[in-house]
Amino acid sequence: MRSPVRLERRLEQPRWLNWSIPVISLVTALVLGAIVLWITGKNPLEVYDRILERGFLGKRPIQGTLITATPFAFTGLCAAVAFRMGVINIGGEGQFYVGAIGAAWVGIAMTGQPVGVAVVGMVVMGMLFGAAYGSIVGVLKARFNTNEIITSLMLNYIAGILLNYLIFNSRSYWRDPRSMGFPSGKPITERNEWTDYVVGGVKIPLGFLIAVIAAGAIWVLYKRTRFGFEVGVIADSPRAARYAGIRTRSTIVLVMGLSGALAGLGGASDVGDFRHILDAKGLQLGGFGYTGIVVAALARFNPFSTLLVAFLLGGLTNAGYALQGPDFPSGLVGTLQGLILFTAVAGEILVRYRIRANRRRTQAVAS
Amino acid sequence: MNTNLLVVIAASAVFYGTPLFFAALGGVITERSGVLNLGVEGTMLIGAVTGAWASQHVGGSAWFTVLISILMGMAAGALTSLLHAFLCITLRTNQTVAGLAITIAAGGVGLSSYFANIWEVAANPVNRPIRKLDVFGLADAPVLGPIVFNQTILTYVSWVMVAVASWYLFRTKIGLQLRAVGESPQTADAMGINVVKYRYLHTVLGGSLAGLGGVFYSLAIVPLWVDGMTKGAGWIAIALVIFGFWRPGLTLVGAYLFGALQSLGTALKARNVNISGDVLDALPFVMTIVVLVLISSRFAHRRLGAPASLGVPYEREER
Repeated sequence: MRSPVRLERRLEQPRWLNWSIPVISLVTALVLGAIVLWITGKNPLEVYDRILERGFLGKRPIQGTLITATPFAFTGLCAAVAFRMGVINIGGEGQFYVGAIGAAWVGIAMTGQPVGVAVVGMVVMGMLFGAAYGSIVGVLKARFNTNEIITSLMLNYIAGILLNYLIFNSRSYWRDPRSMGFPSGKPITERNEWTDYVVGGVKIPLGFLIAVIAAGAIWVLYKRTRFGFEVGVIADSPRAARYAGIRTRSTIVLVMGLSGALAGLGGASDVGDFRHILDAKGLQLGGFGYTGIVVAALARFNPFSTLLVAFLLGGLTNAGYALQGPDFPSGLVGTLQGLILFTAVAGEILVRYRIRANRRRTQAVAS
Repeated sequence: MNTNLLVVIAASAVFYGTPLFFAALGGVITERSGVLNLGVEGTMLIGAVTGAWASQHVGGSAWFTVLISILMGMAAGALTSLLHAFLCITLRTNQTVAGLAITIAAGGVGLSSYFANIWEVAANPVNRPIRKLDVFGLADAPVLGPIVFNQTILTYVSWVMVAVASWYLFRTKIGLQLRAVGESPQTADAMGINVVKYRYLHTVLGGSLAGLGGVFYSLAIVPLWVDGMTKGAGWIAIALVIFGFWRPGLTLVGAYLFGALQSLGTALKARNVNISGDVLDALPFVMTIVVLVLISSRFAHRRLGAPASLGVPYEREER
């Protein structure tokens, strides 16, 4: 039996695939999501209409979307940076937590310094903590060839337990001693809270602006420097890289450090921009690290597309928060995100192959 | 530490290790065919929520309900992994990302939670939990009683499974061909083995075992549906496949080891041993990393390594 279609290897990959495939993926995901909604007895058009309304249309929804998009932008960049070298860092989640711990420490400790110093301190400490945590994965991979997927994932759980310990189960520096019944984090010094920038009536969080700068820096690093070139060679062929004298091991550690630093920066922004405390529960409910993987995959690991996709998924999540209730159950947003990731992954086949119809020649002659 | 405590820990090691073993055995079978499934965590949760739903809605005798719940959980797991198989084998996508997609889509804040919401599974406890049996009336026998004769039916099933799976993989023709597919699909194809069929079948079989592991959580361990209730067990199972060197017997040993770590906290807390619960919670995850580092040394890889084509899509026309 012959299948009706066959796959034909593309000899070259045209540029228009770079934007058309994510768009096709997104549309397919929405169609599949509609089927899931329809099967479970919801009106898909109505649900999508409300997501659009609450996530994207108007100043207030956009403002909310920028807030939810900011952590996704950082964790998306975190995943993209590592994936580009073929290192699968799914530890963005844990690196985000640890970055938040570092930033909250500075935010609480600095009281008299100028605001700028405190903000820079939080940014740097968040990055350092995230980088250190990410490097653990890098060192284990470079030194012992340990599977980075599993180690980074295990470190996510460990970081979550560390958060619980710091806030719920100990009298740590991060816990608010005044919180009685339900323990919570100690607020950072009020003047250290990050400011928003108003553009056209929409408040843009400082964190989002930092993410834009970070995306630009990553683009320059990967496209315009020797280091970026070496990363590309390692991604294509680790063996060729070794023969060419590229220090693959230290590059792995550096890239994992960079990846962790970006997630850690996201954690710093979580404390500085939004929550102003180390929120053990909220951080773990967010699932920012995992969403970051979806973001990066859909953006095809390009830093600027990552920002755009983070905004799209941020809108979806923002609408999900706003609409949560009986006809918009929790889990729906996660399901839609998962579908987007599926179609983004499946769409890769169109990059490598063209699909051709198998025509039966005999029939063509007969007709 | 007295012997009594050791018995308690050993008994619950077997109990908590059972779902880990099911999921890990599923991983062994899947990976032997050359497919890497990182969607185990999500697959387990889908199995768990389906099993819990069935237990609430299927009538009849207790045994019948439990059996149907188990079968439905396994079927749900099989369906979930069918999706993975389609992505990896037919569409030849990156297996790592496809597996992650499954876990994210189905996981704690995804489809499993959505199903639980619309089916109203979380609101009620399960009707017919899987209970521990008293085999031959020996449950109270010293030492061996709680460990061997006071487990759920699924634990006994798992013991049969170890033997069957080992026989299947290493003593049957199909098992040999399966391993050939995992080592070198090109060679297997040249021998006339249908690589695609073997990979599909064993990925789905593995998924049904992951679903079974999930059912164990929602029907035996908790027994209640909680969002994200497997709490990383699927990932530990993936590590166990490596730990067990892709062999069913060693995987069982590993599963009990991690089962012991998971139960240590409860056992010690019940005895007022003064140790931080957080440290105990973190122990299985830390141990997974330690174990992985130890076995990813070069010796282990050369002697007992992974199927050579694990994670590599088979593209016939690329030969």
